[in-house]
Amino acid sequence: MEIELRDPNIIMKLSRLGSFHQSKLSFLRSFLSEFKDWEYKRDLFDLDKDGFGVVVYSFKKKDRVYSLICFANKIQDDERSDRVIATKWDAAFTLYDGIPSKKDIERLKQEVPKQEVGRLSYKELTLSRANKSVRVFDHVVESLSNGKQPNLDLLEKVGYLYRTTAVYGSGKFGLADRFRIKNREEINGPFRLEMMLVYLVRQFTFDQVNHVAQNKNPEEAVKLDAKICKNLGIGNSTGLGMAPFIVNHPTLLNNWIMSREKALKKIREIKKVDPIDSDLFKQCLRNSIKNITSWNTESEYQLKKIKNLLNDVKKFLDFIETKFDFEIDYAFNQLYLWVEKETCEECIEFIVSLMMEPYDKIIEPLVKQMSSEEDKYFTIPTNRKVQELKLIIDAKYPNILSVDFEKKQNYKKFWFISKNKEEPRIADRFEEKGCELEQPLAIARDIKKLYEKLLITKKDMTIDKFLSENADLRHVVRRAFIIEKFPYSEIQDNTISENTIPIDMLRLKLSFFGALKFDPRSDKWLRICMFQGAPLPNELKNYDDHWVYKINS
Amino acid sequence: MKSLSEIETTSKRATRAAGFSWGVSEEVGKCIRLLELFGLPGIKNLNSYFNEKKLNNFEDLKLINKENQPQKNTFCPINLGVSFLDQIRTLETFKYCSFKNIAYPILFLPFLSRASEVIGKKIIFNFDKNQFLLNFNTSISSNFTQEQCPLIAKDVEINFLDNKDNFSELEWINLYKLSEETFVEETDSLKQGAAGAGLTDND
Repeated sequence: MEIELRDPNIIMKLSRLGSFHQSKLSFLRSFLSEFKDWEYKRDLFDLDKDGFGVVVYSFKKKDRVYSLICFANKIQDDERSDRVIATKWDAAFTLYDGIPSKKDIERLKQEVPKQEVGRLSYKELTLSRANKSVRVFDHVVESLSNGKQPNLDLLEKVGYLYRTTAVYGSGKFGLADRFRIKNREEINGPFRLEMMLVYLVRQFTFDQVNHVAQNKNPEEAVKLDAKICKNLGIGNSTGLGMAPFIVNHPTLLNNWIMSREKALKKIREIKKVDPIDSDLFKQCLRNSIKNITSWNTESEYQLKKIKNLLNDVKKFLDFIETKFDFEIDYAFNQLYLWVEKETCEECIEFIVSLMMEPYDKIIEPLVKQMSSEEDKYFTIPTNRKVQELKLIIDAKYPNILSVDFEKKQNYKKFWFISKNKEEPRIADRFEEKGCELEQPLAIARDIKKLYEKLLITKKDMTIDKFLSENADLRHVVRRAFIIEKFPYSEIQDNTISENTIPIDMLRLKLSFFGALKFDPRSDKWLRICMFQGAPLPNELKNYDDHWVYKINS
Repeated sequence: MKSLSEIETTSKRATRAAGFSWGVSEEVGKCIRLLELFGLPGIKNLNSYFNEKKLNNFEDLKLINKENQPQKNTFCPINLGVSFLDQIRTLETFKYCSFKNIAYPILFLPFLSRASEVIGKKIIFNFDKNQFLLNFNTSISSNFTQEQCPLIAKDVEINFLDNKDNFSELEWINLYKLSEETFVEETDSLKQGAAGAGLTDND
């Protein structure tokens, strides 16, 4: 049986993208799998009694070494901020390509803590900073130094000791460009080295907290239990900075979504499901209830989504355990059709992620298809005709063509880059200044504008001639020819409507990173947790691949 | 050192700020990245061009012909470059084309380089005494050695090179003969076991 890929006009709506969850395709899980046989070491641990100083960790295989250099600094409580406008952090990090010399560490000590205003070199691959969750960190120090393990309820509620507030790569602030690493044999997909940095930062947080506790009370202090460490991740506060990324990298976005869609299609096409696989699926499903019930947020928007998700997952579990027979042909297809009909978007995508758990053979080849050579598709095929372009738009953007951009509510917002931090922002064009400097992220509006122009243009005109009179539409002409080849390259929604929820865009990207426990703090930023439940570095050689569904178990 | 990513982003934004559309600005970002990657002074010339653009007018050319001349001023290298890239399949049929007075010719160069890749042909860009060979957007060769690229290319000729060998047939035969010395003569028994042996091909 041949199953069709899901319709991009449904999957690429913002509300659906904002319901995506981590899966076996997520980059942090791929990273762990690809680097599990690398040699992990703590090369330098030079912290004072309060935990300030320099630490270096490395991953090594044959001649290749990646080193995380951590700079832990003393800051005042009133200087600690998760906002991008902050200028000081509890710790700052860079992933160095190779083994750093003392001179390198001295140079980086001057630059890395400055973050966006520092300068890095092509030898540094990624850059980040993080702040303590002071409440949790202090509690853990206090407990350990008194010879006790910390309160698990508090730890479970927060989920981490430190929160990163940005992770940069790909040439930012002088870091190495992507072309320098993309062809390395160990780099099988996007964001691997960003994931490595975050993973090693997590280990730094455990080592630092143990060190501080030990120095506070050398006689009685104990180490944080390894099982507790494992159930702690690393937090992250994320704002609008990452929203434009998915608009500005259409073929990359396509390849992420396409891998997910191909995985689902192949799973639905399995005629006879092996009982081992169905049992694993059911086990992960049962365990996943804990992931949902331990998902804390104060956001009413997210609480409602979590409540619906929990109800629907329980309903699904009941259906599987009392009414469904995995021995029927195409069992996963039947399950998918049931889920699509009976549950909310959040639940549909949750189950899609779960369905991947038993199928390494399907997932592993797809993991390698998630990068993109974007420049290959950048040049516009100007020998094509206006009529062809119109047909592409008719076929690929039907929902967008139905939006009435004469109505104010449909173009109420605009995206811009803030002057003080060079970060993307969204604002109300009728209330705020600056819409004349709008970024080209209103793709729906501009596609519709292009379409209306095409309707009054000669059908047999070539695109080069059309562009010579319509330079203002060039950016969307390019996109329309890209979507012709890459069906999931475009958000099929209006990103400037008054109803746009920007965090849907963040959630999409973060789900592919492998983030858990999305905790919106407004419609423009959220907190998440990464690597919670993941194996510790010394456990990597032999770990349970389904760890995501065994947190706090 | 600035990364290529920073170079592309800043060039794109600066081009937009200088009054070009976002789509054209995206093209310029890629082109300046390419120039800097090839070790040519992209940022320097883009900067100078935008400074001069505030004071002087430059001309656009929407439809490129075999011979092209601005009416009063010099051609804008960006809009001319975008037109050239967009119209390359038509221009290729001319075999060559010429231009008078292109401002900041180094900024026009990456558009030619990308055009070379589109048509799968090498392009030679001659102006005044400078020559650049654009190789399918994988490299740029040149006799250009001056630190400062001329601000105007007065007499420009662009040739589209047919895909043909750079060597004589005799040179090829001689080299091929030498390469044959790495081959092993097959025995009859080996020939009988080779692919297709023993069958009639008329089946």
